[in-house]
Amino acid sequence: MAASSERSPPPFPDSEEPELLEDSDEGADAFTGTSISEMDSPSPDSTKPPKDIFNEPLEDIFSDPLSNVNSEPQKKVDTKIPSPSSDEAVDLFSDPLDDDSEVVSSPEVQNPMPDLLNEPVQAPKSDVLGEPPVHKNAARQQDIFEDPPKGSSKSSSVKKAASAELFSDEDEEDLFKELPKVVTKKPQPSGPPVDVFTEVKSDVKVKPQVKDDPTDLFAEEALTAPAPKPSASSSSSRTNGVHSEEHDLFSEATVELSLDSPRNDRKKKDAVKPSVSAPVAPVASSSSKAPSKTLEELEEEESEDTFDLNISVTNPEKVGDGMNAYMAYKVSTQTSLTMFRSKTFTVRRRFSDFLGLYEKLSEKHLQNGYIVPPPPEKSILGMTKVKVGKEDPSSAEFVERRRAALERYLQRVVSHPSLLQDPDVREFLEKEELPRAVSTQALSGAGFLKMLNKATDAVSKMTIKMNEQDVWFDEKIQDVENEEQHMRKLHVMVESLVNHRKELSGNTAVFAKSVAMLGSSEDNTALSRALSQLAEVEDRIEQLHQEQAANDFFTFSELLADYIRLLGAVKGCFDQRMKAWQRWQDAENMLQKKREVEAKLLWANKPDKLQQAKDEIAEWEAKVTQYEREFERISATVRKEVIRFDKEKARDFKRQIIKYLESLLNSQQQLIKYWEAFLPEAKAIA
Amino acid sequence: MTSISEDSDKEKVRSVSVDLNNDASLVIDIPDALCERDKVKFTVHTKTTLSSFQKPEFSVPRQHEEFIWLHDTIVETEEYAGLIIPPAPPKPDFEGPREKMHKLGEGESSMTKEEYAKMKQELEAEYLAVFKKTVQVHEVFLQRLSSHPIFRKDRNFQIFLEYDQDLSVRRKNAKEMFGGFFKNMVKSADEVLISGVKEVDEFFEQEKTFLLDYSSKIKDASAKAEKMTRSHKNVADDYNHISGALNSTAADNNTAFKKTISVCVLQKLEDRVASDQELKLTELLRYYTRDIQAAKDLLYRRARALADNENSNKALDKARLKGKDIAQAEENQKQCLQKFDKLSESGKKELTSFKARRVVAFRKNLIEMTELEIKHAKNSVSLLQGSIEILNSN
Repeated sequence: MAASSERSPPPFPDSEEPELLEDSDEGADAFTGTSISEMDSPSPDSTKPPKDIFNEPLEDIFSDPLSNVNSEPQKKVDTKIPSPSSDEAVDLFSDPLDDDSEVVSSPEVQNPMPDLLNEPVQAPKSDVLGEPPVHKNAARQQDIFEDPPKGSSKSSSVKKAASAELFSDEDEEDLFKELPKVVTKKPQPSGPPVDVFTEVKSDVKVKPQVKDDPTDLFAEEALTAPAPKPSASSSSSRTNGVHSEEHDLFSEATVELSLDSPRNDRKKKDAVKPSVSAPVAPVASSSSKAPSKTLEELEEEESEDTFDLNISVTNPEKVGDGMNAYMAYKVSTQTSLTMFRSKTFTVRRRFSDFLGLYEKLSEKHLQNGYIVPPPPEKSILGMTKVKVGKEDPSSAEFVERRRAALERYLQRVVSHPSLLQDPDVREFLEKEELPRAVSTQALSGAGFLKMLNKATDAVSKMTIKMNEQDVWFDEKIQDVENEEQHMRKLHVMVESLVNHRKELSGNTAVFAKSVAMLGSSEDNTALSRALSQLAEVEDRIEQLHQEQAANDFFTFSELLADYIRLLGAVKGCFDQRMKAWQRWQDAENMLQKKREVEAKLLWANKPDKLQQAKDEIAEWEAKVTQYEREFERISATVRKEVIRFDKEKARDFKRQIIKYLESLLNSQQQLIKYWEAFLPEAKAIA
Repeated sequence: MTSISEDSDKEKVRSVSVDLNNDASLVIDIPDALCERDKVKFTVHTKTTLSSFQKPEFSVPRQHEEFIWLHDTIVETEEYAGLIIPPAPPKPDFEGPREKMHKLGEGESSMTKEEYAKMKQELEAEYLAVFKKTVQVHEVFLQRLSSHPIFRKDRNFQIFLEYDQDLSVRRKNAKEMFGGFFKNMVKSADEVLISGVKEVDEFFEQEKTFLLDYSSKIKDASAKAEKMTRSHKNVADDYNHISGALNSTAADNNTAFKKTISVCVLQKLEDRVASDQELKLTELLRYYTRDIQAAKDLLYRRARALADNENSNKALDKARLKGKDIAQAEENQKQCLQKFDKLSESGKKELTSFKARRVVAFRKNLIEMTELEIKHAKNSVSLLQGSIEILNSN
């Protein structure tokens, strides 16, 4: 059935058209604009449409269902034919491929496709439908078509069922009737899935996304799934720098629907921009504008951060015995974000799962210039102690320290708008069982490989000499370097403060005992009493010092340790940018060489080889532009990330320092209380 | 800050650890001291209405060794055996700060200017504190002598105060040092020996056990207190370093940390808490450790006398038994008895007053320390509140 409809898309009904045009127009523009420059525009659509969905179009949606449409054309596109419709439809995805990738022909470039298609599918499926992830389009399609029957009547309820419904047969037919038109319009990226349904069908091309979205959308009312993001990002990564922003926007949009105003403006702007077909050219021009715009936006967003996601890591528990023992932590999430299935949920995770999450995230996002928060370090010594099972205070302290660090780590991850959207993050938080992360073991083969990679990275870092044209980066890199040094210094000092305070607490305890003894042998009763009181006071002060030492450690020292690690991550981003730059420069050199070859051939008058040389030049020219764009994109991303990081850091420090000062204040107040209580005792000595 | 502490120190000076009667007839203080190399010259200033002095007011330069000489001569005077002799002041020790200063000079190149300035300031403060403490213990020694009805009339003491030339006391040479050491050995051995002698007076018996017990405890407490203040100082030092590091971080970083500098002010407070604690509590305990040693010495001397008394009794008995030298033995026994009685009497008085003095001193110091602790804690509280407010408003 699916196949048939696919093959013969029914004509688009006239009646539908006006509406379609109107809405989709907007949507389309937005997207074309966005796809080229930035993807801001979608949000207006997405915010608006929801209404529609629930008011009028509901029926349409389900009756007309573009959703199905999506799935099919898509398949076409992916699997084979560049039919006209599919062509456009796939624009988003095909852009890189058609325009750039062909030229480039590097493996990377080609990857996007599979990514795009796989990921979206995977995420929604496992979540919503509870089916195993499907990697092939065909498989996907099957699901789609199988599921549908379930939910057919559900239109108004906006529930999971609805998603199923989307795929029901009738819909499909409708879809195809309308389809052709839609296809010509521009593709709709992931964010707007809503549009897709309200306006119906504007894009075939979004298919994979649309598909997921529906599920999410309907299942959870509104937010787009994290899944689309990766696809968007991967696609964008290949096309141009601007795209990266776009997907950000999307993720943000999904997280905070409240911020639509900036987006509206932008949308207008975007609408004016040249569209679609030639993404490459506009990109360059718009890319320069992009960063500044996004920066502003970033600020706005930070200020009205309506982040609602509480993650806590609790109940560390030893599982197993001996050297195979490990600590499992309870990860509880409390959220009102609709991208999650429920408001509260809890999973058990072990330390290597946290590391695994980091591995996955950094693999995906680091190369794009994102600052992926690093997890706490492995500590073989500390863990061995725990494993051996000695119930001594130091291992308890170790576990608590690690627990707190893991909690902060997760909070940092989810507070990053883009990382929050990552399916792996969601999976980590929600899914009962996680495949064991193997590559995180220090002694495994993967660990060895990682070490090797790190080594080569370090070497290449030393060999690459980048002449920095961007003053901002120049300064920032220097700043980060300095800051890290300061932090390290500070950290050492705070550590010694902690130790000294512990020592002080110990000495105070000893002194208290000694004073108590003195009191007991004192023969003047009043003085003896005063001395034993003094001993008590000192005892309490000892407690106070101990608590304060813990505070020193947890609020101050750990904060610094975290930021030392984070600064390392920031440096990693700078390195990624440098690598991109290096790639670009290499390509530039190559192009230069090819040109020389051409000149030689021309001179030698060898026309047969000339054509080949020309082709090569064209190929390398394309590569150069592509790498250049990539570099610009990563620069923009890194810049944005660093600014975000700075903000976050300032906020974090302020919060922690206030907390720390408050703890100091508190202990001083206690001190006053103790001594004031003691004063009359001292005065009572006669 | 320095000026304040100086003032307060001035006040303390007079009162530390001892309750001195404010008899205006002989007032001694050390307004000034000069430190050259390993010698410290104290200017001892005396104001008096006593006719035994030639002038009503005069000052003389004195060295630490001269103080020791004074102490030794008093200890050696027989007639003072029944009195608690004020403990001699400890030798001035500026090695610690001086060494640190030296190290600082070496490490100058490795730190920033601010850090260096700060460290230097800190060390100077420490040095000053040690110096003041030294002056103070010497002063207290003299004041205790001057306030004692018997010691104040001591000839040597008066010479010490009045004679404006060098007293030309030598440092103890090696032989004398060894002699002193040997004497101590003999003394402790003797203590063991005579411990077998039965005590005749219950008061002394009690006092003896109490003092023995008390002295070991107070020694312990004093050591612990010292340790505690030392670690407190370490904490204060850490604060100092942290504030330095924060400062430099802030200097590099225009946004995030500027306001956190307020933390550094804490260090100063913590520092003062530490030094005050040291001054009040530790000094108190230390002083009494010495004072109790003095009391123990008194007891020893009395016990010695007691033993002599017994011995002479025995000798008398023996003589009577043998029927010869009876007169001499009787004379001897009478003397010993007399001496012992006298000793016991004055010892009893001294010990009672010592007890009262100790209690009063403890009370005073404990109150002062508590007040200081409260004061410092309150200061920190207001400082912390201030910084939190600043942070919050930003």
